[in-house]
Amino acid sequence: MVPFAGWNMPVQYTSIMDEHAAVRTAAGIFDISHMGQFLVSGAEAVVWLNRVLASNVSKLEPGQGQYSFLLNESGGVIDDLIVYRTGPDDFFLVVNASMIDVDFQWMSRHLDCDAVLLNESNQWAGMAVQGPESAEAFAKVLPNRELPPRNGIARYTTDEGEIVVCRTGYTGEDGFEFFSSANEGETWFRAFVDAGVKPCGLGARDTLRLEMCYPLNGSDLSPERTPLEAGLGFFVDLEKDGFIGQATLKKQKSEGLTQRLAAIAYTGKGAPPRAHYPVLDTTGKVISELSSGVLSPTLGQGIGLAYLPLELAKPGTELLIDVRGRHFPAQVVKKPFYKPVTKKP
Amino acid sequence: MNVPQNLRYNTSHEWVLVDGDVATIGISDHAQEELTDVVFVELPPVGKTVDAGDPTAVVESVKAASDIYAPISGEIVEVNDGVEAEPALVNTDPYGAGWIFKLRIKDVSQLEKLLDAAGYEAMIG
Repeated sequence: MVPFAGWNMPVQYTSIMDEHAAVRTAAGIFDISHMGQFLVSGAEAVVWLNRVLASNVSKLEPGQGQYSFLLNESGGVIDDLIVYRTGPDDFFLVVNASMIDVDFQWMSRHLDCDAVLLNESNQWAGMAVQGPESAEAFAKVLPNRELPPRNGIARYTTDEGEIVVCRTGYTGEDGFEFFSSANEGETWFRAFVDAGVKPCGLGARDTLRLEMCYPLNGSDLSPERTPLEAGLGFFVDLEKDGFIGQATLKKQKSEGLTQRLAAIAYTGKGAPPRAHYPVLDTTGKVISELSSGVLSPTLGQGIGLAYLPLELAKPGTELLIDVRGRHFPAQVVKKPFYKPVTKKP
Repeated sequence: MNVPQNLRYNTSHEWVLVDGDVATIGISDHAQEELTDVVFVELPPVGKTVDAGDPTAVVESVKAASDIYAPISGEIVEVNDGVEAEPALVNTDPYGAGWIFKLRIKDVSQLEKLLDAAGYEAMIG
């Protein structure tokens, strides 16, 4: 168990390798009760969210969700999150545990129209069931309910109270995130485990997300980096009416980036790369440091992310990773490192 | 938990097998279980002189890198290339094929400071 954003969280239940493999080949369940839930409603909810978020929520139909960002005035990432539209004027936001208070204060400070923001983070337990067999597990536990389509959200009332099911995740596999009242969380978690889903800890969550190049806020994302530099411009709508951080992003877009988050893989065997290890060019000059790094359990190869000067952030660029003074050859590769075998719905 | 009687143990979970003036060192069954899934072992250079307590090798799991300390002082005389090629041996056979390095013992009296099997078992409780 390790402290994580004010919670005690398991790094692993049995083994990171086994848990990782379960998600890639069958199904695993992560306790994500630490994550935050905000509710936004009101006649101007759409207008307001479009001002504080970088994505365009008016593109969402009720029942749909999208990945988004809270940006600061200079376009840097305060937090990455998923925003779901649950009704014409109602939204459900899932934010990072460590950023709940910061996000809530930032959003409250910029709330200047007819919308209501509620922090319900303490009322919800959450779990992510992920892997090619996650839909079967859902059918076993909730035989009379339907999983929403990809990126969708559904709310159901059950004998155990209200539940929210989102067809999203942080592993690249099919799966869903499931929220219940905090009191019922353990009951649901056990129900999924009884349906054959393997409990997985933070360790596997990190290896799975990194194989997909999904960023981790605080490591790969920061208030000093924009979503464009992180290679996540797809999730930003630069053309919508004014949102916080837009000016910087438009300027970056027109003038071009100087740095970009690149995917780096070892070309041979080597000591596992980890966050903050120096990244060197082939002459041995330090040019960056890894923002994330791990030995990929699926590929059996060291993988990592680093912000590199644009001219070096191209697939094929040869680099060295410094591990305690030893230099391991690596190169920039296309994202993601791994493509799931099973197609998502 | 497997704690062989014929070995001495360091409080930082290394085991020592003494054969004449050479000591073989590895990590305990308890340690490999705590580390789980060893994916990389960094060995010291043969010929290097180490003092008791020096970080001498590194054993890495997916989650973390852990230093392996020299339980006693001496000169490295052999390292186990087998665990470099197949790090999982540290998990599957910690007291056998998973040994890490051998050193020529500098001061036999340092062995007295190590735990015996009963003492180590009591420590990991």
